[in-house]
Amino acid sequence: MLRFLLAVIRRDLLLAARRKGDWLTSQFFFVMVVSMFPLGIGPEPNVLRMVAPGVVWVAALLASLLSLARLFAEDYRDGSLEQMLLSPNPPVLLALGKALAHWLIYGVPLLLIAPVLGIQFALPADAIGILMLSLLVGTPILSLLGSVGAALTLGLRGGGVLLTLLILPLYVPALIFGAGAVDSALSGLGWQAHLSLLAAFLMLTLLVAPWVASAALRVSIE
Amino acid sequence: MSISWFKYAAPMNFYQLAGRLIPWFAWSAAILTGVGLYIAFFVAPTDFQQGEAYRVIFIHVPAAWMSMFIYLIMAFWSAVGLAWNTRLSFMMARALAPTGAVFAFLSLWTGALWGKPMWGAWWVWDARLTSALILFFLYVGLMALWSAIDDRRRGDRAGALLTLVGAINVPIIYFSVKWWNTLHQGSSINLMKAPTMASIMLTGMLVLAIAAWLYTLAVVLVRVRGIILERERQTEWVKELLEH
Repeated sequence: MLRFLLAVIRRDLLLAARRKGDWLTSQFFFVMVVSMFPLGIGPEPNVLRMVAPGVVWVAALLASLLSLARLFAEDYRDGSLEQMLLSPNPPVLLALGKALAHWLIYGVPLLLIAPVLGIQFALPADAIGILMLSLLVGTPILSLLGSVGAALTLGLRGGGVLLTLLILPLYVPALIFGAGAVDSALSGLGWQAHLSLLAAFLMLTLLVAPWVASAALRVSIE
Repeated sequence: MSISWFKYAAPMNFYQLAGRLIPWFAWSAAILTGVGLYIAFFVAPTDFQQGEAYRVIFIHVPAAWMSMFIYLIMAFWSAVGLAWNTRLSFMMARALAPTGAVFAFLSLWTGALWGKPMWGAWWVWDARLTSALILFFLYVGLMALWSAIDDRRRGDRAGALLTLVGAINVPIIYFSVKWWNTLHQGSSINLMKAPTMASIMLTGMLVLAIAAWLYTLAVVLVRVRGIILERERQTEWVKELLEH
């Protein structure tokens, strides 16, 4: 079972490595969206520092949704998704592996880029550390919950926008706790409570999302 | 006396039953709405703190309650449909969604109308307002998903799964928004706590809440009858029905 999970993850990583264009698009989307905000708000460091956690987190939500629209689409088109579902391996592991691979490919780079953006927004060093920590705990939630939406909207017209409509409301707790942790670090309050709640939400999502996503895949394929 | 509940799980029997029930629900909803609005506007006294504007709550509170109840009922029908594969459950879920969205919108709108004279703002990022807004978004997403899927079976199941995920998430969203709100906002504005509501006000509100229930039942049954006719149009009984 573990072998199957690892095989799913390795396959997706390989595919991503062979198609760097897609991968870079998503990362640059994240950087560009965040960089637009100072141009709209103005360069005042105090204001930027105040909005930074929310801006980075919202951009992370959008960037993950952008790449999630393609999570199952390629495999669906060339028929390999159907073959994987027909194989004796449990589909829950397929959904879990896909979501984890998505996190490794698209989530981890976000938290490596985040410090640079934090400097753009005049964040102090410790707040940048918390920002990375909150993204480390929070981005798997985005991939896991998003995999449910990607499975539900598989092969539908206007799938990308639809996915956003379905999943953004469900992302609200992650956004609140993730950005909240950085906010409290900035204002000198304890950030541990936010991160604990974010981690609890991650555990719950980890428990529920792969099952729902695999059920949704079966609904969408048949 | 034993009632054969499963008899009415068949769309054909339910169609007849719904047809008989609709007038009852519709008329009692109309009468209770009249009574409730009369109490709301003529019997209930003016509030000494809030003046006349408080009368919005007679619409606002029932609408907010219904928007939440309807989501729960949809989650119930979705779970039943996924577990026992009953066609009617999915039809009920689909028929409920538009009414739920309307009530969610109505509660937001009347909330804004109340907020302007009370708080001096159409909208504040209060925990309840925010979670009501997100509930409205959930309804919108669900209806968008249904409208994007042409295949009926897939649409039913996908919608049911999304409803259930939303149902698990709704309490989490509510509490996260609540904590977010208490942490962010200085206590400039607080949802007013009705100290002890005059009993006549409570009566009016409850009458209107029951009216909202009955209205929902009537409208949903009308809608589900339409869905049944559309889906069962190949069957004998619908053809017979349409010939008469």
